[in-house]
Amino acid sequence: MNDLATYNFAYLDEQTKRMIRRAILKAIAIPGYQVPFASREMPMPYGWGTGGVQVTASILGPEDVLKVIDQGADDTTNAVSIRAFFQKVANVAVTTRTKEATIIQTRHRIPEEKLSEGQTLVYQVPIPEPLRFLEPRETETRKMHALEEYGLMHVKLYEDIARNGHIATTYAYPVKVEGRYVMDPSPTPKFDNPKMHMSEALQLFGAGREKRIYAVPPYTDVVSLDFDDHPFEIQSFDKPCALCGAEDVYLDEVILDDKGGRMFVCSDTDHCEDRRACGHAGHMLARKEAAE
Amino acid sequence: MSTLPLLKVNDVSKFYGSRIGCRNVSFELYAGEVLAIVGESGSGKTTLLSCLSTRLMPTSGIVEYHMRDGQYRDLARMGESERRFLMRTDWGFVHQNPADGLRMTVSAGANVGERLMAVGDRHYGNIRATASDWLERVEIGVDRIDDQPRAFSGGMRQRLQIARNLVTSPRLVFMDEPTGGLDVSVQARLLDLVRGLVHDLGLAAVIVTHDLAVARLLSHRMMVMKDGAVIEQGLTDRVLDDPREPYTQLLVSSILQV
Ligand SMILES: Nc1ncnc2c1ncn2[C@@H]1O[C@H](COP(=O)(O)OP(=O)(O)O)[C@@H](O)[C@H]1O
Ligand SMILES: [Mg+2]
Ligand SMILES: [Zn+2]
Repeated sequence: MNDLATYNFAYLDEQTKRMIRRAILKAIAIPGYQVPFASREMPMPYGWGTGGVQVTASILGPEDVLKVIDQGADDTTNAVSIRAFFQKVANVAVTTRTKEATIIQTRHRIPEEKLSEGQTLVYQVPIPEPLRFLEPRETETRKMHALEEYGLMHVKLYEDIARNGHIATTYAYPVKVEGRYVMDPSPTPKFDNPKMHMSEALQLFGAGREKRIYAVPPYTDVVSLDFDDHPFEIQSFDKPCALCGAEDVYLDEVILDDKGGRMFVCSDTDHCEDRRACGHAGHMLARKEAAE
Repeated sequence: MSTLPLLKVNDVSKFYGSRIGCRNVSFELYAGEVLAIVGESGSGKTTLLSCLSTRLMPTSGIVEYHMRDGQYRDLARMGESERRFLMRTDWGFVHQNPADGLRMTVSAGANVGERLMAVGDRHYGNIRATASDWLERVEIGVDRIDDQPRAFSGGMRQRLQIARNLVTSPRLVFMDEPTGGLDVSVQARLLDLVRGLVHDLGLAAVIVTHDLAVARLLSHRMMVMKDGAVIEQGLTDRVLDDPREPYTQLLVSSILQV
């Protein structure tokens, strides 16, 4: 990574950033529409979020404060290395606190803390095309978007119900943006879909391998597709977070031992820590304290 | 039955470069009428059907359709969005090979329901009920509703393709050799089914076939094509029982195996 120091601010050259910013502006102007862009090689493999990294690199300024999460956590390998990358090539301040960040690059989650104006959420997207499941031909899916022919999305949901008795899609759950384009929210759990709706923050999506950028500007309608008799529902969890006691948050299962012991805790680690710092405690924490 | 034709075809020609696909074809089709296009392989049947159904643009000539609002529209001048909408609501297209007209990797129910969802039906229970009805009408057991057509026989696939097309109550259906790939016994059952549906629904249909028995059974009127041109047309019984053109006489007497 040593020779990265000789690269331009935020790694990409200004020419490339301009090209990507133009794609971003177009994406913001047409919410939910996938804008093609000339994706560059990044010093990390595809699947590591090269699309999101290029978007972040193009919007990042020296004053920004960057947060990077993967599955809601700041300390996973992917998040740590992307954060380190930007510290190195842009020397920006980094944080794990949602509140303090101006740019949050994410894979899989939207922070539990409500985002506010001035913040930008950058998603790493593996497959941007929501229609691909049933229509592999790119020429045809483009035409479907252009002509607003989205019956196929409901065919997918129909199949779900026919097979499982309910809509079993739990992540990458398709949404309609501003009443026009159907969009794949990337592999976030459908739990997070309602957070996209009328969000105060700007949401940008970058797919590196597929060379697409799309966006949801602040205060935009984002509606999850469904049937009248099978309305969209988010996952619900039986118990609150074992550490901070939070309800109405997305939980991950943590295996505690090899005897089947496990607990459910916030997938958003920052949110969980924040709550604990404020004195909230889940049953595991309470038990531990009692033992001490 | 309306006194105005559903489809008006005026001097339609299609060239592939310098090769003739079909030439100078004119006719009118009325609501509820079944027209068979017959002729040997390479005579231009599929080309003509493609020009009528907007799958191909004619090199010259005009095809007009009588829309539900009472207006005639030149299909070549219609916007793509409107044309595609027409194709999946007021029209049907039954391909010779069912795999070309079905989604092989989604269930039979979704294959039938797709058009309903495409026009905005958002009630799963209703879509499924309608799909069940249609499976029954084409003699596919309702217990197969969640099976993919990959698991169906050729005859069942073809019947599913027909149901998928008819679910929006189209007024006009195009069929290209609908019994083409099927065994003789399976063909007979399918022909009976198609005949019943066309009659019950008052469908207009244009059916391409090289099989005169199919034309006899299904069509009111027929056109005989040779080298891209229509050389004889008339009521089916008249053409088959009393062919005027020597070529048609050869066809009918089965000296020409088409
Ligand atoms: N895509 C094409 N390109 C060039 N020539 C074609 C094409 N399709 C058909 N033709 C030619 O047009 C003529 C009519 O073909 P077709 O309409 O397929 O006849 P039919 O359906 O009666 O067998 C034939 O000479 C055929 O070779
Ligand atoms: Mg043919
Ligand atoms: Zn927690």
